[in-house]
Amino acid sequence: MDLTLFIIGVATVAAAIAAMSLRNLIHCVLALAVCFLGVAILFLRLGAEFVGFAQILVYIGAVAILIVFAILLTRSGGEEPKPFFNSQWWYGLAIAVAVFGCLSFAILGGKSIQPQSITGNSTTVKQIGTELMTTYVLPLEVMGILLTAAMLGAVVIAWQKGERK
Amino acid sequence: MSQLTLTTPILATADQILVNFKQSLVGLLPEILQTPAAVMLSIIPIMICFATLFALATWLERKGLGRIQNRIGPNRVGLPFTKTRLYGLGQPIADGIKMLIKEDIVPRNADKFLHFMAPVALLIPAFLAFAVIPYGEGIVPIDLDAGLLFFFAIGASTELVIFCAGWASRNKYALLGAMRAIAQMISYELPLIISTFSVIMAVGSLSLVSIVNAQSGNFWDWHVFTPWGLAGFILFFIASLAEANRSPFDIPEGESEIIAGHLIEYSGFKYALFFMAEYLGMFAMNGLSIALFLGGYHAPFAFLEGWLPGPVWFLAKLLVLIALFIWIRGTMPRLRMDQLMNFAWKFMLPMSLVVVVAAGLWKFLANPVFGWPVCGGLILGVHLLLSRSLFDARGWQKRTYRFAD
Repeated sequence: MDLTLFIIGVATVAAAIAAMSLRNLIHCVLALAVCFLGVAILFLRLGAEFVGFAQILVYIGAVAILIVFAILLTRSGGEEPKPFFNSQWWYGLAIAVAVFGCLSFAILGGKSIQPQSITGNSTTVKQIGTELMTTYVLPLEVMGILLTAAMLGAVVIAWQKGERK
Repeated sequence: MSQLTLTTPILATADQILVNFKQSLVGLLPEILQTPAAVMLSIIPIMICFATLFALATWLERKGLGRIQNRIGPNRVGLPFTKTRLYGLGQPIADGIKMLIKEDIVPRNADKFLHFMAPVALLIPAFLAFAVIPYGEGIVPIDLDAGLLFFFAIGASTELVIFCAGWASRNKYALLGAMRAIAQMISYELPLIISTFSVIMAVGSLSLVSIVNAQSGNFWDWHVFTPWGLAGFILFFIASLAEANRSPFDIPEGESEIIAGHLIEYSGFKYALFFMAEYLGMFAMNGLSIALFLGGYHAPFAFLEGWLPGPVWFLAKLLVLIALFIWIRGTMPRLRMDQLMNFAWKFMLPMSLVVVVAAGLWKFLANPVFGWPVCGGLILGVHLLLSRSLFDARGWQKRTYRFAD
């Protein structure tokens, strides 16, 4: 196994564990951002430039910030420390095991592809763009409509609150 | 490059002095050291050059602001160990020593680890952003296929670090400043990125090297001398002012309101690192706008190409843009928070979308004679309609005085 991949993987998983187990929510978000960064570096290591940079741009630049805003705007700080395991931890464990089982079943059951040599620049951004605009144009448009609908919904919810005041 | 070497071989080699020097230096080393040496020779000059430029820019800025405000500015510290004063050029050295030996104060309730990590982590993206900018023919640290995307991804990761700094300080002003900074940077990131779409559409590549190469020739081949390029450059310039937290958009740091925002609990060298990251961000942003719109390292006329090496033209353009930044800082009042947000979402965003449409039209018309009136008219028309309707929506009237008349 490639040493760099191993190091990136260990760092990413460690950051993910930290994101779950740290007691301060802001620390958790920052650990999550490190985890996102690890995933992005993993993509870059595998030669997927576009996906890696998009991962940084979207997840660190937007999603992590959004979570930070959500925490700061909803919590009033100073919450008492809660026990590490809450009472329903085994539900979560069961679901996690089920998802893991599903994924590994799908991965192991699928037909194996030859491991390709890891070289940068295997796909250019132009190729990705052309594919998105021709072969995968319908899923792209559907996703766009879905996101627009979600955004409109968020605006409507915020709007009604403003009027009631 | 191929044309240049064919027509003017001597001049072209003059342009390539730096590249040849690096190659011959690397060639001296044993084979196992060549790759690391080549990497270091790409990184270290950039770090040294831009750190020096940072020191010079602080001095230039203080001098420039002083002149704008009818003062002299720093003029006491000369060059060390000499009697020459040289208009206070030694000021950056004195400032640097002062920052180094100042006491480093960490608030008792601060989150010590994050408080320490924030300035360090901020400097990493600030330097990384220089990695994709082309400084001359063949002088680019890495020519990524998705170079532009890399630049924006790096820029986006500074926001979280600034939040880190503000939150770890445990100071209400610091947190307010950090929240303001995030809100501003996210709002202006959108027009910043969208205003570059027109260039990407025209060139058909995200690589900054091919974008610069598409503008070779005379100055009228630069993207800024097309209707979409001009409008895109103005939008990009305004948004880059906001991204660099520069003057009309320095709300996150507003000295008179929230006493320097997220910087408030930082002193000594950590403060200097923040300061440096801010200036480096400004240089990188300007370097990007030079590469996108102002012809990169190309000379304004084709016959001048090769007389001076590309990095000199790049530096000249960079200094002009820095002077523009300083000028704006000296003359524009700070915006209010709501004005800032309205400007970003109601004006900058629609305008940048219109520029994308205009760039598409330009590509299909493929003729400047039709292109200029149609694309320019579209941008101007939408600009007039938008600004007029926004102005009318404010309901401003002629000011009437009750007692003064």
